[in-house]
Amino acid sequence: MNQTPEVPARSDTGTLLQVRGLKKYFPVHGGWLRGVQQQVRAVDGVSFELDSGRTLGLVGESGCGKSTLGRAILNLQSPTAGDVLLDGLPLAGLSRQALVARRKDMQIIFQDPFASLSPRRTVAQIVREPLDVHRIGNTRERRQRVEELLEVVGLRSNALNRYPHEFSGGQRQRIGIARALALNPRFIVADEPVSALDVSVQSQVLNLVTMLQAELGIAFLFISHDLAVIRHISDEVAVMYLGRFVEHATADKIFSSPKHPYTRALLSSIPVPDPTSKSPRPVLEGDVPSPMSPPAGCPFHPRCPVATDRCKTEVPKLREAQPGTEHEVACHLAT
Amino acid sequence: MASTENNALLSVRDLVVEFETDQGVLRAVDGVSFDIHPGETLGLVGESGCGKTVTGLSMLGLVPSPPGRIASGSIMFDGSDLVSMDETGLREIRGSQISMIFQEPMTALNPVFRIGSQMRDVLQRHQKLTRRQAHSTAIEMLAKVGIPEPAGRVDDYPHQLSGGMRQRVMIAMALSCGPKLLVADEPTTALDVTTQAQVLEQVVRLQKEFGMAMILITHDLGVVAETCQQAVVMYCGRIVERSSIEALFASPRHPYTAGLLASIPRVTDERQEVLPVIPGMVPDLLHLPQGCAFAERCSRVRDRCRQKSPRLELLQSTQTSVACYEPNA
Repeated sequence: MNQTPEVPARSDTGTLLQVRGLKKYFPVHGGWLRGVQQQVRAVDGVSFELDSGRTLGLVGESGCGKSTLGRAILNLQSPTAGDVLLDGLPLAGLSRQALVARRKDMQIIFQDPFASLSPRRTVAQIVREPLDVHRIGNTRERRQRVEELLEVVGLRSNALNRYPHEFSGGQRQRIGIARALALNPRFIVADEPVSALDVSVQSQVLNLVTMLQAELGIAFLFISHDLAVIRHISDEVAVMYLGRFVEHATADKIFSSPKHPYTRALLSSIPVPDPTSKSPRPVLEGDVPSPMSPPAGCPFHPRCPVATDRCKTEVPKLREAQPGTEHEVACHLAT
Repeated sequence: MASTENNALLSVRDLVVEFETDQGVLRAVDGVSFDIHPGETLGLVGESGCGKTVTGLSMLGLVPSPPGRIASGSIMFDGSDLVSMDETGLREIRGSQISMIFQEPMTALNPVFRIGSQMRDVLQRHQKLTRRQAHSTAIEMLAKVGIPEPAGRVDDYPHQLSGGMRQRVMIAMALSCGPKLLVADEPTTALDVTTQAQVLEQVVRLQKEFGMAMILITHDLGVVAETCQQAVVMYCGRIVERSSIEALFASPRHPYTAGLLASIPRVTDERQEVLPVIPGMVPDLLHLPQGCAFAERCSRVRDRCRQKSPRLELLQSTQTSVACYEPNA
């Protein structure tokens, strides 16, 4: 999965986004006065494709690189290596101006609705900002568009001249969604958009995302640590561990027949809201290793209940578990 | 529950906690009553601002005052009322009889002291151990909560440990004096799901070993289902439903409980296109409507719901208490 195949001119299928061998390393300075650098391999060779109107759910534990992957795709953090193609056209090597133009198609929704909206701007200003930046329409048209967007996300127009602090968490997340929709994007990275919300509000926002996707045909990379949310929202699911995909398939396949031992452990760790199903579950031992010095071989082998000698030396490639199933897994033992 | 009051470890009756704010008096906890028996786990469930944390803090006399104060009610623990107890008395109880663990262990541990030294403080204070005895007890406790190489780890600073390990240290510290009651406020919310599973398993095991009662404060209904026997659901400072875990999940009586349970996405079920939602949002505690606080969002609302708040009452032929004029059958 690390090699980069040749780039086709333009894909004619429904494929909107192609990510190839994407890597993002962060340098770590060795300490006081020592210039020696280590690398944190936050994203270490990720490849996938996403069609218009589909949602890829990205799941993994803190520090697995899922947020960095989202940002590297959008070039908010420039990738160390690899390609991102939108409509078959690479984003890398674009001039700043050209990149800004392409950004219209790609937006992000952040986790913390309290930190991602400027407290000194009104809702109208916040939602209008992308239109201002990209010089779309005149003042009257922009105003009209902003009102339209607020209606789409279910906010009343009396919200226009109010400030973010006057709104609850769920409403702020709606404002963030309205801003992300302003430029009619075709691809949105949603980075833990409901994690800061209460349960009863979370379901409202999830339904809004589903509705927008059905109506506008937007493709989503939906990042969450909550497997139940991922299950609900995703068409496909990718499970990430130490910067790599360890499993990638349709949501149904991941949840009904997980193949990677890590995916299985994740699924069995979820507390089930049903007291009658108190089944004893295998608890995963240990912690996630440091991404600065990942273990040799399969990065999961120190915690894996079925690891063999081969797992300690040879890195498993992401491959189809069985040819033609489109169920990809990075495990020597999975079939 | 009244009949078993005599052998309850902790009996909370009509607890009211108020906070003085610029905009007026805010009633965070409004007439909360429940019992916990030795060895039992009670889940305190609800969304942000429902008063579950303030209820928990009241059990240790830790409500920040000012601006907060316990306005009325009683908390009977082992024959004495914690509400009327002075600070000296509370200090004797805190940490030795009743302990608390918090959501974010990094803010609860002191970053400039080694974890061993922080654990020794508690032990020397309450158990009159020598430094050496306290040190070996600390190591013993670290081993009990599943920390590898406890004899070496005891000299670590909190920042040297992972989030899961820090939460284990908190638990070790909280349990070191063998309390009869542990108040755990969202103990696994900041942890990853695999770490959460490890920590919860440890807590439940230790609870059995120590025969300790626990109040588990959480918004996660999955965690409640897996660890608690009894549950209390709170909304806007009041208890809306109190029942056994089995009854709560099988037949939630209050429309709010039912709505909460319906609105969580689940991994086990067939995927639903649209999640059921509770419309609207939690009202502002400073401007609560007259009558039932949930009326605005309730699908079964009647005229009288808007006039007078329903009292928490035992529902006929069930073990469930519910504060609703139109509970689910």
